[in-house]
Amino acid sequence: MIAAGRKHHSGASARSPRPPAAVWAPALLVAAAMTLPLFYLVLRSLENGLGELLEVMLREKTLGVLARSVVLAAVVTAASVAIAVPLAWLTARTDLPGRRVWAVLAALPLVIPSYVGGFVLVSMFGPRGLLQDALAPLGVERLPEIYGLPGAALALTLFSYPYVLLTVKGALRGMDPALEEASRSLGSGGPSTFFRVTLPQLRPAIVAGALLVALYSLSDFGAVSLLQFDSFSREIYTQYRSAFDRTPAAILGLMLVALTGAILALEARTRGRARYHRSSAGSVRPRGGATVTLGRWRWPAFFFCGSVVLLALVVPVGVLVFWLARGLASGEPLRLLWGAAFNSVYVSVLAAVVAALAALPVAILAVRFPGWVAGFIERLSYLGYALPGIVLALSLVFFGANYAPGLYGTLALLVFAYAVHFLPQTVGATRAALLQVSPSMEEAARGLGRGPTRVIATVTAPLASSGIIAGSALVFLTTMKELPATLLLAPLGFDTLATSIWTATSEAFFARAAAPALLLVLFSALPMYLLVVRERAQ
Amino acid sequence: MVPFWKRPCGILAFYVFVSLLVVGCGGQEESGGGSASEGGVGSGGETTSGGGSASAGGSASGGGGVEGEGLVVYSGRNEELVGPIIERFEEESGIDVEVRYGDTAELAATILEEGQNSPADVFFSQDAGALGALSNEGTLSPLPEDALSRVEERFRDPNGEWVGLSGRARVVAYNTEALSEGELPSSILDFTDPEWSGRIGWAPTNGSFQAFVTALRVIEGEDVAREWLDGIQANSPRRYENNLAILEGVASGEIDVGFVNHYYLFQLQEERGGNVPAANYYFQNGDPGSLVNVAGIGILDTADNTTEAQEFLEFLLSEEAQSYFANETFEYPLIEDVPINEELVPLSEIQTPNVDLGNLDDLQGTLDLLRETGAL
Repeated sequence: MIAAGRKHHSGASARSPRPPAAVWAPALLVAAAMTLPLFYLVLRSLENGLGELLEVMLREKTLGVLARSVVLAAVVTAASVAIAVPLAWLTARTDLPGRRVWAVLAALPLVIPSYVGGFVLVSMFGPRGLLQDALAPLGVERLPEIYGLPGAALALTLFSYPYVLLTVKGALRGMDPALEEASRSLGSGGPSTFFRVTLPQLRPAIVAGALLVALYSLSDFGAVSLLQFDSFSREIYTQYRSAFDRTPAAILGLMLVALTGAILALEARTRGRARYHRSSAGSVRPRGGATVTLGRWRWPAFFFCGSVVLLALVVPVGVLVFWLARGLASGEPLRLLWGAAFNSVYVSVLAAVVAALAALPVAILAVRFPGWVAGFIERLSYLGYALPGIVLALSLVFFGANYAPGLYGTLALLVFAYAVHFLPQTVGATRAALLQVSPSMEEAARGLGRGPTRVIATVTAPLASSGIIAGSALVFLTTMKELPATLLLAPLGFDTLATSIWTATSEAFFARAAAPALLLVLFSALPMYLLVVRERAQ
Repeated sequence: MVPFWKRPCGILAFYVFVSLLVVGCGGQEESGGGSASEGGVGSGGETTSGGGSASAGGSASGGGGVEGEGLVVYSGRNEELVGPIIERFEEESGIDVEVRYGDTAELAATILEEGQNSPADVFFSQDAGALGALSNEGTLSPLPEDALSRVEERFRDPNGEWVGLSGRARVVAYNTEALSEGELPSSILDFTDPEWSGRIGWAPTNGSFQAFVTALRVIEGEDVAREWLDGIQANSPRRYENNLAILEGVASGEIDVGFVNHYYLFQLQEERGGNVPAANYYFQNGDPGSLVNVAGIGILDTADNTTEAQEFLEFLLSEEAQSYFANETFEYPLIEDVPINEELVPLSEIQTPNVDLGNLDDLQGTLDLLRETGAL
C-alpha cells in the first residue's frame, strides 16, 4: 500500500526517461518567465558595484531584518499547521456538530486581505481599540501590546492558515480509506491511527500548505506594516518609500530570494520518495473515509472551530459592517463599485486560468519525471511568490516598459504578473493531486495508443482536476486581494476593488473603505463556497 | 508521422496562441473595463477616474494603452482628493486625462524604472522630496518661467523643474479647554520640558511628521534632532496611528497638544459639524516646527504631451484650482489673492525655516534616527 522509504520508479519514467516535449517545452517557458524578477534584482543590486551589495548585506540592521523574517515565517507556519490540521480533520472526518458549516466558514478567512484584516485587528485590539474601550469600564487599563511580532504573527496566521487547511482537506479526501481501516482492524485506536497512519499520509499536503504560508508571510506587506514589524517586506517598502534608491531595496530582495531558496531546500528534504496513491482501485465510500465519533470531545472541538472562525472571519467582517453602518448613518453615500468589482473578478479569473495552465506542465514534470531539472523548475516557480508585490511589479515595469512596450500598460502584462506572483499555488495543489493519481492509469492510456499530450488532457488533468481547481481558486482569491502590482501595472483607469479600498484607507476614510472591502469578501467568498461544497459532493 | 504536440515548436506555437488569445481578451476588456469603472464611480457621484477618458483611451490605444492620446498623470495624491479637480480640468480643456494613482515614492520608482519609455507626462507628488529625487535623476524638464513665478520661491525647485501646488503647515493642535494660546512655547524644541509630560500626542510613523524630523535634522543638526526625540519621549507622549487620530485625542482631552498638519482640524470640524474644542498653534520666527511642505508637480522630460502637460500645470495654478485646494482639501493655496479659510494663519505670516523642500529626501537617515531613539 504505502511504499514509504522503498525506492521505486514511477512507471512512466521507467519506460520513457525523457519527458515528452508537450511537458518540458512549456515548463521551460514557465521557468524562463519566473526568472525575470531575479534578473531584475541582480541587475539593480549590482548597479552600484559589489561593494554596496556586500555593505548592505552585512549591515547589522539587515541581519536583524533577516532574523526577524525567519522568526516570523517560522511562527506563522507552525501556528497555521497547528490550527489547520485539526480543523481539516475535524471538518472532514468527524461528527463535529455543524461540520458542513464549519467546513465552509473555516476556509473563508483566506478571502480577507491582510491590509484589511491587519487594520481591523489594530482597531479591535490596538491601544484605544474597540476592545479596549469596551473593557475600560471594567478597569482594564492596557491590553497586551499588539504591535510587533505578536500582532503580525497573529494577523498572518489568521488570514493564511486556510492554505494548509485546503491542501490537507484535499489530501484527506484523496487518501485511500483502506489504510485507516486496516490500521483500525489491526487494533489501533483513533489517536494511534491518526498519528501513525493518517498524519504520515498527509505529510506532502501539510508541507505544501506550510510552504505557501511560510513564503506568503515573507512577502506580505499589509500585516507587517500595519502591525509595525520590521520584516524583509516592510524594510523593502521602506527603502522604496524613503530613500528613492532602488539598489538597497533590490539587495534586500535578493536576500529574500536566498532565504526562499533555503526554505525550499528544507522542504525538499521532507519530501522523500514515498508513494501516496492507491495501488489498486479501492472501494468507493461516501465522503472518503470513516467518520470518527468525537464523544465527549465534541464540544471542545466545537469551541475550537468557533474561536478560530470568530477571530479570523466574524470579527473582521463584523467590524467592516460596523464601519459601513456608521458611515451610512452619518450620511455617507453607499458606493457599490460594481465596475471595480467586475474588473476584479474578470482579471482574477484570467489569472487563475493562466496560472492553472502554466502549472500543469511544471507539476507533471515534477511528479512523473523527477530529477534535478524538474525539481529546479518546480522550485523556480516559487520565486515570485516570496517576493513582495512591489518588487515583482517594478521588475515587470522595467522589463515591460523597456523590452515589451506593446504589452506595457495592458491587461495581459497584469495577468502575467499575477501568474508569476501566484504560480506556486497552482503548482503545489496540482502536484499534490498528481501524487495521488497512480501512473498506471496514464500507462494504460499510453498502452492503448494515446499520445502524451492527449494522455495529459484526457487522463492526467481530469484525475488531478480537484487539485487544479483548488489551486486556481487560490489564485483567484489572492488576485482579488492583490494591490501593489495592480496599482503599478493595471491599464490606466482600471479600478479594482483592491485599489478602491486602498484609495479609501490611505486617507483613513473607514466608511468608504468598508463597502468595497465587503464586496471583495463577498465576491471572493462565493467561489470559495462553491469549491468547498463541490469538494464535498465528490 | 510526428504529431505537432510531440514537436517543441508545435507546443511553443500552441502556447503563443494561448497567450495571444489572452492578450486579445485583454485589449478588448481594457475599453470595457474603463467604461465599467465609469459606471461604478459615477454612481457614487463623488470622485472620478475620468471614466469617459479611460474608455476613450482604451479604444484609441487598441490594447497598447501606452500611446493614448490623452495626458497621462502619475498621481501620488489620493483620488478622493484630486480626482474632482482633474475632472474639472478635463471638462474645461477638452483634454483627456488618464491617471495612475499610487504611493508617491512607488510611482517615483516606477518612473525611474520605465526610463525613456515612461508613458507618464506629469508626476503629481504628495511631497516635494519625491520631486526632488526625480529632479536629481534628471527625469524632469524645466517648467515655463511664467508658471513658476506665480509661486513663492520657497515653495518651488531652485532649478525650476518642479513647483508646489498646495501647502501643508506643521502646527501644534491644542485643546482649547485645557490651554490658552499664551501658554504654548515659542519653539517646538521647548516641548521637551517636563511640564508637558503625559500631555503630548504624536504619530512617529506618519510621513508628514517624518518630513518635519528630516527638516529638523537639516536645520538644527543631527544632535539637536536626537536630543529633541529623546526629550519628547521622556515626556511619555501618546502614540497615534495618524494625524486625524491625534486630533481626535486633542478634541476629547485625552492629550493637551498634538503635532499635526494644519488641515486635520478642519476635517474634524467638517466631520462633526463645527464645534471642536481644538485650535491650531503656529510657531514664529522660522522655527523648525513651522515647516510648510508642499504637494507639487513636475513634467517628465520624456513626456509626449508637453503642451497638454503645461496646460494642466497652468490650470492647477489657476485661481479655480487653487480655490479648490483651499476649500476642499483645506490646504494652503500657493498663488496670491486666493482667499483662504479665515481660521488659517496666512502663509505670508508664516516664516518657514530656511530649507530646500526638494532636499528633504533623506528619509532613511530620519528613519534610522527614529529607530535608534526608540520612537519607531
